[in-house]
Amino acid sequence: MAAIDLAAAPERSSRRTADRLPGRRLGAFLLALAVPLALAAAWEAAVRTGLSTGRLMPPPSRIAATLAELAASGDLAAHIAATTLRVGLGFGLGAAAGTALGALAGYSALARRLLDPTLQGLRAIPSIAWVPLFILWLGIFEASKVALIAVGVFFPVYLGVLGAIASVDRKIVEVGRVFRLSGPALVHRILMPAILPAYVVALRAGLGLGWMFVVAAEFMGASEGLGYLLVDGQQVGRPDQIVAAILVFAVLGKLADGLLVAATRPLLRWQDVAAPAGEAAAARPAVAPAEARA
Amino acid sequence: MSGARLAVTGLGKRYPNGTRALEGLTLSVDGGEIVAVIGGSGCGKSTLLRILAGLETASDGTATVAGETIRGPHPAIGIVFQEARLLPWLTVAGNVGFGLADRPAEERAARVAAALAKVGLAGYGSRWPRELSGGQAQRVAIARALVVRPAVLLMDEPFSALDAFTRLDLQEHLLEIWADTRPTLVLVTHEIEEALLLADRVVVMRPHPGRVGAVLDVALPRPRAPGSPAFEAAKRAVREALGRSLVHHRPAPGVQEADGRALAAG
Repeated sequence: MAAIDLAAAPERSSRRTADRLPGRRLGAFLLALAVPLALAAAWEAAVRTGLSTGRLMPPPSRIAATLAELAASGDLAAHIAATTLRVGLGFGLGAAAGTALGALAGYSALARRLLDPTLQGLRAIPSIAWVPLFILWLGIFEASKVALIAVGVFFPVYLGVLGAIASVDRKIVEVGRVFRLSGPALVHRILMPAILPAYVVALRAGLGLGWMFVVAAEFMGASEGLGYLLVDGQQVGRPDQIVAAILVFAVLGKLADGLLVAATRPLLRWQDVAAPAGEAAAARPAVAPAEARA
Repeated sequence: MSGARLAVTGLGKRYPNGTRALEGLTLSVDGGEIVAVIGGSGCGKSTLLRILAGLETASDGTATVAGETIRGPHPAIGIVFQEARLLPWLTVAGNVGFGLADRPAEERAARVAAALAKVGLAGYGSRWPRELSGGQAQRVAIARALVVRPAVLLMDEPFSALDAFTRLDLQEHLLEIWADTRPTLVLVTHEIEEALLLADRVVVMRPHPGRVGAVLDVALPRPRAPGSPAFEAAKRAVREALGRSLVHHRPAPGVQEADGRALAAG
C-alpha cells in the first residue's frame, strides 16, 4: 500500500504518509490481536458452556482472576521485583563483561588471538550446565542465579561487539586517520558511533537471553520470583498461576526491550528512517514501514 | 594561505605479495599548482596519492611536503576520496567541522558555515548524510577537506562516482573553490577531459610497475572550452601519451620518455 501510494506521487507525499502512519499502525495492531483474542474468547466460551472443564487449561477469566488476586495481595509485585532485580543485575554484569572483552578482542588482534578461542570454547558449553557448579561455588541464593543470567547475557553481547568492530568500514576509519586522531579519539569519535547500532542489537539479544535464563535460575530453588510462581503452580496443580506468570514474563520482556530501544533511540536518530520529515522519507519510502515495525 | 610544494623522489611501493605498484617515481609539484595524474587502472596512481596522504608508507624513496618528509597523515595535507566517506552519525555541519574539533565552538560554526556556502550548500548544516544526493555528499566531503585550510589537497577520482551532469557542475565549481585558498592540488583521474579541464600539468602514468610515463604542460587559457580545436588537440596528445604507456608494458632498458612536452598553446 505504502509503496503504491508513494510511487503515484513520489515528490511531496511524505508529509501525508507520515500523518497516516499511526492510523495504519493501529490497524495492524488490532489485526495482530485478532487471532489470540478469538482463541481466548473461544476457550472461555468452551469452558462456560461446559464443553471443557478448563482444569488443565484455565479459561482467560480464571487467569485474570488469579492475576488480580496476586496483585491485590502484593505478592505479584514482590515476585516481579525479585525477578527483575535478578535480570537487572545479571544483565548489567554480563553486558559489562561482554562489552569490555568484546571491545578488547575487537580492537587488539593480540587480545583476540589470546581470548577468543577460550571464550568460543566456553560458549560451546550449554549455559545451564554451569548451574551445579555455580551452586557449589556461590550457594543456592542470589549470587548463583545472577551468575547464570550473566553468563547467558555475556555471549551475545561479546559476539555482537566483536563482530561490530570487525565490520567497521575501513574507509571511515581512514577518515579519522587523515585527521590524525589519536587512538582514544579514534575509538571515541569513529569506532564507538560506528558500532552503536550493532551494539544495541547485541544488548537486546543479551537482554532477551537474560529473561530466558532467569527462569532457569529460579527453577533451581527460589522462594520468590516469577519462576518460583511457575514451579509452585506446577507443584500445587494450579495451571492458572503458571499461565499468569507466563503472561507477566511476556509483558516484562517486551517492556524491558522497549525501554532499551527507547533509551538508545536518541543516539541512533541519524539512522532512523521512519520518523524524519522531508526528503529522507520521500527518498526511501519502502523502508519506512519496515523500520516502523522494527 | 597558498599551496605548499610537494616533491616525490625515487618513490617505490612493493606489496608483500610481490606486486610492484610503484617504482622509481620522481615528481615535483609547485605550491598552488594543479596537477592531474592520469593512467589506466593498476598504474599506481591511487597508491601514489595514498602515500602522499600518509595512509600508506613507501617501500623506497621519499615524499616531502614543504620540505618535510611525509611519514603519516600530515596536517598540511587534505584528501577527498572517490566516495564521500561522510560519517553517517554526524550532521552535515558535524562532518564538515570534523577536523576542527580543537577550535572554539563559535569559530568552528563560522568556518563550517563559510565552507558550506563555498560549496553551494549553505543551510544544509543540519541535514543528515543520508538525506544528500551523491553530488551533495561529495561537495560536503570537499568542504570537510578544505575547512582546515590544507596547503595541499589530494583528490582521488573525486567525481568518478557521480552522474555526468553533477560531474560537470562540480568540475566547473572546483576551480572556484580552489581559488579561495589556492592549495596545491593533485587530482587523480582516469578521464582525459577532466584532467585537461582542471590541470596546469598532466602526469601520465605507466603500469607494471607504476611510474611516470610523460608529463605534459597544459598551456590552454582558462576557462577552458572542451570541444575547441586547441582542447581537442590537447586531448589527442594525452591520449597518445596514454596509448604509448599502455603499449610498453615493460620498460625497455635505456628508454626514457621525454618529460615536459608542451601542448598546443591556445
